[in-house]
Amino acid sequence: MSTNNSDNHRRKFLTGTLKFLGGTGTAVTLWPFLSSMSPSSEAKASGAPVKVDISELKNGEKIDLIWRKKPIWIVKRTESMLASINTDEKKYKDAMSENTEQQPEFAKNKYRSLKPEILVLEGVCTHLGCNPAFQLSKNKFFCACHGSSFDLAGKVENGSPAGANLKVPPYRFQDENTIVIGELPKISETKKG
Amino acid sequence: MDDKNKSTGVISWIDERLPILSFIRNHLTHYYTPKNFNFWYFFGSLAFLILFIQIFTGIFLAMHYKPDANLAFDSVEYIMRDVNLGWLIRYMHSTGASAFFIVIYLHMFRALMYGSYKNPRELLWLFGVFIYIALMAEAFMGYLLPWGQMSYWGAQVIINLFTTIPFIGPELGIWIRGDFAISDPTLTRFFALHIVAVPMVILLLVILHLSALHTVGSNNPDGIEIKKNKDANGIPLDGIPFHPYYTVKDFVGIGVFLFLFALIIFFIPEMGGFFLEHANFIPANPLVTPEHIAPVWYFTPFYSILRAIPDPAYGALAMALSIIVLFFLPWIDKNPVKSIRYRSILFKINLFVFVISFLILGYLGVKAPTPLYNVLALRFSEIYFIFFILSYFYSKPREKIFSYSFSGILIILIVIYDLMRVDSNNYISILISLLIICIFVAFMTLSPIYTNLNREKEVPNRLTP
Repeated sequence: MSTNNSDNHRRKFLTGTLKFLGGTGTAVTLWPFLSSMSPSSEAKASGAPVKVDISELKNGEKIDLIWRKKPIWIVKRTESMLASINTDEKKYKDAMSENTEQQPEFAKNKYRSLKPEILVLEGVCTHLGCNPAFQLSKNKFFCACHGSSFDLAGKVENGSPAGANLKVPPYRFQDENTIVIGELPKISETKKG
Repeated sequence: MDDKNKSTGVISWIDERLPILSFIRNHLTHYYTPKNFNFWYFFGSLAFLILFIQIFTGIFLAMHYKPDANLAFDSVEYIMRDVNLGWLIRYMHSTGASAFFIVIYLHMFRALMYGSYKNPRELLWLFGVFIYIALMAEAFMGYLLPWGQMSYWGAQVIINLFTTIPFIGPELGIWIRGDFAISDPTLTRFFALHIVAVPMVILLLVILHLSALHTVGSNNPDGIEIKKNKDANGIPLDGIPFHPYYTVKDFVGIGVFLFLFALIIFFIPEMGGFFLEHANFIPANPLVTPEHIAPVWYFTPFYSILRAIPDPAYGALAMALSIIVLFFLPWIDKNPVKSIRYRSILFKINLFVFVISFLILGYLGVKAPTPLYNVLALRFSEIYFIFFILSYFYSKPREKIFSYSFSGILIILIVIYDLMRVDSNNYISILISLLIICIFVAFMTLSPIYTNLNREKEVPNRLTP
């Protein structure tokens, strides 16, 4: 712009104001668009807790269900299965379940569960997200993608590519045979377990 | 590029290989535009802004929309209710569609006023008309996507227009639909055309439109070529660089536009049924036509012309002609005076009557037909075409004999058409409206002989301040 006879101070102020307000306005306008790509209300609503009836679940059996679009396993462990579980520091990367990300407080125990015989896990390998297989004969879960092994409490074995134990979702027993996945137990229930 | 503008280092390295800097110089900082642009010159840049808004919001709508006859309607409601701020994005898109047409109509009116379609800007005008037609196709196909009642029945009517074409019509209709009625294949192909094909065509046409503009230079409210008066350096004396002068000016227009745009989006996004029709909030139902069916407002002038002639094929032909005639405008109106400022009073009357008739046709198009409305629709359709005929007539001074013959032939044609349709029920309305239109034609063609009404003002050499 020409400089003769013009009020440059005023002009600079106006240009600066326009740039600032225009820039702010454009940045704010981007928000609805970025926000629209996040999970919608529908996707959020589908994350609500789900109830599971385990009255038909027999000893040594595993059922799969979906909660928050992720596979959830419920296994009814037999006596021999429970006997295979130990907290050997040499055998497992996180034998004592110290990693608080991987289970709610109530599952920080030997069997990583509320009731010893009932195991509830997210069936998502902590390496790169595959779905490990239940190997009954070997008493473990084995991920075929990259060869990670987990015991029947979901603890990752040394030498596996996976770094953390399989995740225990929040859950509680509504009654003897009904599990609510996605809700933490009430305090009284935790003590009982 | 002269030496003093050569820059050094990275920028010049790039510019020698890819002329970005030269491009900016040629089209912004050293593109000389007439210094006297007024309010009417906002609409080109606004149209460009809206094109950007439509593409941008459209991308985000396409992330959530489902082009499937069973899912489409619900997916639009999903966008409105569940997607974070999805309602805002959809209303931006739907309001943008109507805003696009408002801006384009004003942009075209500007061209009519200032003769921007005349030599040397004929190609510029042609590309503009092509953009307008592509835009109509784009809007029409977009309106099917919500799969509401108006989407369905609007598309039904428009596609059936093609079936009125002799011989190939019925087969063509089936081919366009991909089925024997409007259904899922129609929806999915309209989706593909709406989000990929037509936008690309529009973008290409916009590039051609702008290239043509920058080759011949902008017209202006005086209709004087600024390139005729240059200084020693070859810079037009009445020109100023587009940037910063008109970029700053356009920002004001953009600010005002966005203010109004936001006002509509947040407070009256349906615009009382004009931007989003009420019937479109009901899912498409092939068994029930809504009681009152009308296209969206921007199509209604042409819809009125279609309805004015009580025959499917001739009605569709008249409607097609009303759009096709726009292409020929640069060769119809060959009057050397461009701007309305220096043209005759009769030209102003002609343009004014044309705009009024276009608006009334638009109004009639949203109304259910009645006997009175039918009379009006026909007469204003005739006036729509008479505008172009008179534009030809005013191209140069006419002899007395020519004027009388021209007037006579035009009136006889109108009378012949009326004779074909007159009967004992409608002769009064036909007679009265015929009288009015004949007086109008006679006045517009014969008054130059007896009055000064067709005298043009002298065009100055330089822009007026």
